[in-house]
Amino acid sequence: MKNSDILTCFQCGACTGSCPSGKYTSLNVRRIIKDSIKKDISDQPDLWMCTTCYNCQERCPRGIKVTDAILSLRAEAAKKGHILPSHRSVCKFLIETGHAVPIDDIHITLREKIGLSEPETVRKYPKALKDVKTLLESTGFNELIHE
Amino acid sequence: MKDLSLFLGCLIPNRYPGIEKATKLVLDRLMIRWSELKEASCCPAPGVFRSFDQITWLTLASRNIILAEEKNTDLLTICNGCFSSLMDANNILKNDSELRAQVNTHLKKISKEYKGTIEVRHIIEFLDKEIGKEKIDQLIQRPLELRVAVHYGCHLLKPTKARKLGGAEYPIFFDGLVEATGAISVPYEGKNSCCGAGGGVRSAMLETSLKMTEYKLERMKKAGVDCIVEACPFCHLQYDGGQVELAKGGKIFNIPVVHYSQLLGLALGYSIEEVGLHLNAIRNPEFENKVARIQKKDASIK
Repeated sequence: MKNSDILTCFQCGACTGSCPSGKYTSLNVRRIIKDSIKKDISDQPDLWMCTTCYNCQERCPRGIKVTDAILSLRAEAAKKGHILPSHRSVCKFLIETGHAVPIDDIHITLREKIGLSEPETVRKYPKALKDVKTLLESTGFNELIHE
Repeated sequence: MKDLSLFLGCLIPNRYPGIEKATKLVLDRLMIRWSELKEASCCPAPGVFRSFDQITWLTLASRNIILAEEKNTDLLTICNGCFSSLMDANNILKNDSELRAQVNTHLKKISKEYKGTIEVRHIIEFLDKEIGKEKIDQLIQRPLELRVAVHYGCHLLKPTKARKLGGAEYPIFFDGLVEATGAISVPYEGKNSCCGAGGGVRSAMLETSLKMTEYKLERMKKAGVDCIVEACPFCHLQYDGGQVELAKGGKIFNIPVVHYSQLLGLALGYSIEEVGLHLNAIRNPEFENKVARIQKKDASIK
């Protein structure tokens, strides 16, 4: 998103008032957007308190893509190494298994109990998993996640 | 209209397989032409992966879309996160030739190419538009007569400019499908508020995410519902697992969580076990007995 779009903000606060996370946390969407123009906010923990529910973006009377802006700010933060440990684990699962949430023995058994065989996903097809790994290597994702 | 390939994602096959089973039963009963989408990976999830790197997110999503393109089928999702990632990626790649070229450079390494020939669907909007609540209503032998808290989930509706399913403030299409089963969609405060799971918040800040869940559960309880009905396994996990986590702090709700595929399965006469609801963490005998009583009723009373 262009900075010029953000500059059309007239500080009404509809974004902050609509934020389900901001009710309970220090997340203040209006301030994040305002600060992002002036300075590097990559290290602010608030960036990761957003559930990406899109209320702010939907209700912005200026049509500013507020949630998309938060996603871009997160991407900048991630490139600078600001990745929370649990998010890094989820990324490692993806790199290793092709799934953010891989199956475990308990759920293999539960599937059998209800008459379902192994899921027809990348897990069952080694060539497909190899393709996923090739893509993640190619886009530089492995490097991004590497500590 | 193209046939459908069923996209499973991660949470459904790997954590709530009951939703997978119920969906397959229901699709067959409605005589919808579908097949498994083999070799698919994570969509990849919009919260974390889209946040981290747009090209990685688009590339992995495009590979999943290509698997359906190769079969000349549309892609059916049963998760709001998968719908969000795959639909948004499909739209971006169809319209942005620069990004498409960039993604195709990576895809070339696995001898694939994104062409942009198929659509991404979500089971709720698909049933609403292509089957219709009237037809579902006709198929129901024993109306469910349950009081239901419908939870749309954020990414089914928003961003509305991309979803094109109407406004997000007072949506009604999902309620219509729920009521077609004979259930009552009960109004409750904060109905369109987030469950708290998305955006990587559940994985990184569980307590924060649970505060949003508690807000919802309190209002659902106040409205006096028999169960929650959603259309997303991440919302399902947040409400079902979340109630276990909240109970540790003495906050007991005991509201069963039901994916729409499972609700429709019950309405079509499948048992709690057949639609995999017995695999939920939260089980409420009162709810299960009520469903069993309804299912035993004489079908001629409708």
